[in-house]
Order: sequence, then structure tokens, then C-alpha cells
Amino acid sequence: MLAILRHYKSLKMNINFTRVNPKSRRLAQSLFVICCALLPWSATAVDQGKLPLDLFTNQTSKDLVERLLVKSLMQIAEGNTKQAMLTVNELIRTTPNFKLAHLIRGDLLSAQARGLGAAAIEPTLIGSSADEIKGLREEARTRIDHYFSADNDRLVPDLSIKMDNQQQHLIVIDIIKSRLFLYKKSDKGLQHVSDYYVSIGKNGADKNTEGDKRTPVGLYFASKKLTTPLSEFYGDGAYPFNYPNELDIHNKKTGSGIWLHGTPKDTYSRPPRASDGCVVLSNPDLRKLQPVLRAGGVPVIISDSIKWVDSNHVLKPHANIEPLNQALFNWRKDWTSQDTNQYLSNYSKDFFYSGGALSEWSAHKRRVQANKPKISVEISNISMFSYPKNKNGKITTQGDIVVVNFDQQYESPTLKNKMRKRQYWKNENNQWKIIYEGAA
Amino acid sequence: MTINNILRKKVVTPLLLVFLFATAPVIADELKDISTLAEQGKQQEALKKIDAYLDANPKDAQGLFTKGIILAESGQREEAINTYNMLTQMYPNLPEPYNNLAVLYADAGKYELAKKSLETAIKTHPSYATAHENLGDIYARMASEAYDKALKLDNKNIRAESKLSLIKDLFSNDGKTSVAANNATPARPIRKAEIAAPKALPKEIPPLNKPANVVAVNTINDETKVNAAVDTWAAAWQSQDVDGYLNSYSASFTPSKGNLNNWKKLRRSRVSGPSKINLELSNLKVEIIDENNAKASFKQYYKADGGPIHTFKTLVFKKVDGNWLITKEIASN
Repeated sequence: MLAILRHYKSLKMNINFTRVNPKSRRLAQSLFVICCALLPWSATAVDQGKLPLDLFTNQTSKDLVERLLVKSLMQIAEGNTKQAMLTVNELIRTTPNFKLAHLIRGDLLSAQARGLGAAAIEPTLIGSSADEIKGLREEARTRIDHYFSADNDRLVPDLSIKMDNQQQHLIVIDIIKSRLFLYKKSDKGLQHVSDYYVSIGKNGADKNTEGDKRTPVGLYFASKKLTTPLSEFYGDGAYPFNYPNELDIHNKKTGSGIWLHGTPKDTYSRPPRASDGCVVLSNPDLRKLQPVLRAGGVPVIISDSIKWVDSNHVLKPHANIEPLNQALFNWRKDWTSQDTNQYLSNYSKDFFYSGGALSEWSAHKRRVQANKPKISVEISNISMFSYPKNKNGKITTQGDIVVVNFDQQYESPTLKNKMRKRQYWKNENNQWKIIYEGAA
Repeated sequence: MTINNILRKKVVTPLLLVFLFATAPVIADELKDISTLAEQGKQQEALKKIDAYLDANPKDAQGLFTKGIILAESGQREEAINTYNMLTQMYPNLPEPYNNLAVLYADAGKYELAKKSLETAIKTHPSYATAHENLGDIYARMASEAYDKALKLDNKNIRAESKLSLIKDLFSNDGKTSVAANNATPARPIRKAEIAAPKALPKEIPPLNKPANVVAVNTINDETKVNAAVDTWAAAWQSQDVDGYLNSYSASFTPSKGNLNNWKKLRRSRVSGPSKINLELSNLKVEIIDENNAKASFKQYYKADGGPIHTFKTLVFKKVDGNWLITKEIASN
């Protein structure tokens, strides 16, 4: 909420102060049955004068639903309930199943009823659960916070990213912000395209075991839209993530069926913490993402501790990319030279693969490389993605991890093989080592 | 407030009729007799007589007004609305027809129209207390409806308290406003106490602002909520929405056999497995044991890929954070 105060103060000087009359302020406060928790800044704002509503006219790049939502709440904070009602009605007209809008409308109507001496109508009195209200409040707060956090389209995640020839987009899901960010590949690095409110697991980030109702933290790839008929609950479709990925399995994480999906017909959106671990988008937002997701294989970074940097000041390419390119080149060179010790020095002592650990891998490599056959290895179409750090888990203490995918063409006197390979590289004391290798 | 009470009150309260046109007291008696007939339940007869009366006095405001009430009370809402619409066109400055029109619109769920109607009445008669009060109730109902939409409530029976009142007397005896319906009209008081809800209005519930009644509301409410919980459970099962189905169960649910995890796994496959599930519940009985415990018993017809299975089932519910969740499932054939 600090962001909002800052924002407000910076604009304050350009606006005409109008004292809000005490009566409308009282009305605004009486409305706060539901809205009070949403508007901690309202008291200050109302005391200091009119809120700058022209803030909204030049915000057309923002999502209409969120624009109208925030506008109505600000009008309430101002004590301008008539305008707030018009705004909320417009919001409901554009998005009839937006529960938050109905809640605010209920507040406004209830306040009007009370103003005319009718009995107070409070949702708790007519039997709805406090949880539902709490969920809607959290959704409102999350959306407001995002709305007022400036520079969303200029900030980029501080991640090592290199996309392959087919990849055009990267999706970053910030669990803390309940937000999905879509980026496009460009000469200038990552370019912000759009961002959307999302719901994640009831218990937050860092999925570990089946049924823990958490959303995993990691790098995943979204597969194509599921074609099997799904329950109406998933809305406009579902795109599964490859959870558990190689590292998750190695870390003995369990569970499955982590999808990106839509919402059931009866609701535009769900509270920020609502799913069993899936990432849930509104159906209109999911439809906007469809062209990006259609081909499958879109990289998705899910994190609860993203470091955001100004895209104007970020290094392009990221500082990790060049050393990694070099490490990859050395690995290929050492493999081609058939100097097994040198080749194995590229691997971490913590290395794992489908056949076991470093000892098994070493034994196998020493066996096939014993006669030093003449081989050639070509690698192309490389992609690199930072593995997101995990706030509480082990990965942070282990240094950076980058997932590298590439096409590998291998040729020996006895074998010709073309494959898409995946390696997890880890920065160990400023040296990049392979901790996992397998088919992508 | 029940309709009977009001009607009884109405009977013992003498009507004070003031006339738009200088007419004889005979007519007043005639209208009074017609009203009495309607109150005795003889609506058809009353309607016949009021029509005859209006044939003779087609522009009589009190007569039209009375007809509107008889129509409303005999459940002919549309006709009543037409009558009051006609009356407002003929006498746009009379606030009472607007009020009754609003009550009828509200009864039909047309709150915006109801609101507009009351606002018109208030515009010409700013101190018209009944219209203000009714407007407050319209807002309350709209608020309640909005909250329902926001909070997914299916409590059609539990509406905001409605004290919307259909004004029974166009002319009443202790009001504060006096109005001219047309130039020839004498001053005419409005009586707020003399109000009635037509039979067609939704079931009334006790006012929310009286604490003694809130308990009653909650009990009705719990029953509705347990009903809804059973519906949700059955709907999720039938639509094979495993997560929704399992969400109906409390974390402390005790399966009849085995542990919760194995039971969940089994249910997961049983619910998602069949190509189609047909589920029908009948004879549902909900018993509220106390504010946190309830039971729902019913006959269950289940048909998936195999033959149909009939079961008598009891679901034991416990309220957890405001949600009714299943803690035990007892089945017998």
C-alpha cells in the first residue's frame, strides 16, 4: 500500500483541493463494511482532498475490468457514491459474473438503504461465509496493489533468458503478486506484452507433496491445450505444466496435474489463493493467451521471489549467458576430444540422471569412451532459462541454476543420433557445472 | 407482519375517504363495501362491483386505486400494474399510485422500475415517508441481491426483510403531506400505518434489525446451507468434478473403511472413472442438531456404467469456518 501513497502524493500537487463534505465522508466510512480493509489509504486521501480521477483516463493500457474496479473504489473513498454506483454498474455490464463488483454494488446499495432508515443488510447476516468475503477482499487488494504499482511494463524479471528459434514468448508467474506476466523476445531483451491476475494454490507457493494445495516454484513448459473433455470447472481450457520436472523428481517432490486453466461460468475470477495448486486465469484472459500457448512448449517461470529490474538498466544479454555459452562450448569440445577426465570435470558431484548419480554416469562414460572413437557433436538452437529461486527451499543456498535445452547431433563410427537435450547447469563457486542431463 | 394481521387491522380501522370530486357519501360507502368484500375473500364479486362502479365513474381515482388493490391481492399482478400505470397517467401528481406500482414491481423482482416509481413519488412529495421507507427497502433488497451474486448464495427464501407496503388507502387520515391531484382536489392526508403487503409478495422473514429474530434467520439459513451443501456435493459427483466432490468433505472426515488418503484415492478413481454418472436424490431431510452440527438423510439413486444402485444415505455435517462439510457418510441399502 505504500506504493499507493507515494503515487498519490506525487500527483497531489497538480490537483485542485476540494473539501469533501463531512456527510459524504461519513457515507464513505459507513460503506466500509466490506471495503474498509481495501482502502487503508482512503482516510488520508479523503482528508487531503479529491483523489485524482483523471488518473484513469490515461490508463487505457490497463485491463478494463481492473480499471473500473479501482475507479469505483476510489470514488467510494471520495464519498462520491453516486458516481461509484455508475462505475460499478458499468463494470457489471461488461463483466456480469465479476463477484467483486456485485459485492461493491451490494455495499453501495446497503449504504443507501441505511441512509433511508432501512435495516442494515450485511452479507454475514444473510448467511454468507466470512471466508468468501475474505477471499473477495484479498482479490480486490491484490488487484489494487498491482494497479498502483508503477512501472509494471518497464520492469523485467532479473533472469538469465535465451530463447530458441521457435520460442517467442516467456511467461513469468509471480506468486506473491498473483500475477502472470507475458514477455516477448526482442532485440532489446524481454519486452512486456501484458499481465493478468491469477489465482494460485490455497496454501501458497512451493509445492512439495501431493495434496498440499501449493503451487510449485520452478521452470516449467506449458503443453498444448488438453483436448479431453473437461469439467466446466476449468472454464475455457487447460494447459498442463510438466510438474514434477527433472529437478522436482530428484528432490522427491510429489503430486501432479498442475495446470494453467480458466474459471467456471459462474465466476469471472477466483480469490488469489484458491486452487489446489493450479494457476487459474479468467476465461477472457486465458483466451488472450491462447495464440501464445497454442503451439505448446512455452517456458513458464513460477516464483515467489522474483527480483524485478528496470529493463533500461538490465544487462543484455544477462551476465550469466556468456559464461554459460562458454561452458557449453567447453563441454562439447571435451566430449569430442574423448578426454574422459576432462569431459567429466564438467559435471557436478551432485549430478543425477535417469540412470543414477555421477558414479554411474562416470563408469558408463569411461566404458564407451575407452577406445576413444572419433566422434562429432553439433549443438544448435539453444535455449537457456534461469531456474527460479525458492524463498525457503534449498535451491537458494545452492547458487544459480539454469536450464539449457538444445538440438544435439551426435555421430560416431557406430551411432548417428539426433535429439533435443536438456541440461541443468549450476553455478558452483563461479564455475558452471552440469547437475542433470537427459532428453528434453 | 402477516397479511392477515394487516387485513384485520384494516377492517377495524375506519376508512377516511376524501374525494377528488365532490361526490356523495353514498359512493364512499359503496367503495368501502367493495373493499370489505375483497377482504372477506370475495375478490371475484368485489372485482365485478368495482368494474361496475368504474363504468359509472371512469375517472374516479379512489375507485381505480381500490381496483388496483383488489387485483394485487387476488394475485393479478400484471392487471394491477396496468391499473396503477393508468392512474399515474391520469393523476401524475398523486404519489400513492407510484408507491403501489413500486411494490408490485418489486414483487416481480423489477427493482429498477420500482426504484424509479418511488423516486417519482418522492420528487413531487419530498416528505412522503412511506415512499422513502419503501425506497430504503428496495435498496436493501437490491443490496441483498447483489450480495447473493457476489457470494454465490442460493437463498431465495432468505431475502432482506421486506416491509414494502402497498398503500391501502389512497386517502388516509394522519399523514403529513397534503397534495393536489388536480386543481379541484381538496387536501388529502396520507396514512402510513394503513399499509398492507399483497398476498403475492414473497414470504416474509423477521426483520434483520431485531436481534431476537437473527437467530431464527440463522437457523433457516443453516438449513438452506446444508441443503445447498448436499446439492453441491451431488452436483460435483454427478459432473465428475473430483476436486469439487472431495471439497465437500471435511479434513476430519472418517471413512467407513481404511484411512482418509486411501479413501480419497479410491473415490478419485470411482468418481472420475465412469464414462457418465447419473445421480438422483429424493426425500431429502435436513436436521440441524446445533449451530455447528447437522445431518442430511435421503434416498440415493446412482447409475454409472453398471446397473442402478439404490441407497439410503445419511451425511453428517459439521460447520467449519462457516462451511458445512461432511464428516461422516452412512449408507444402507
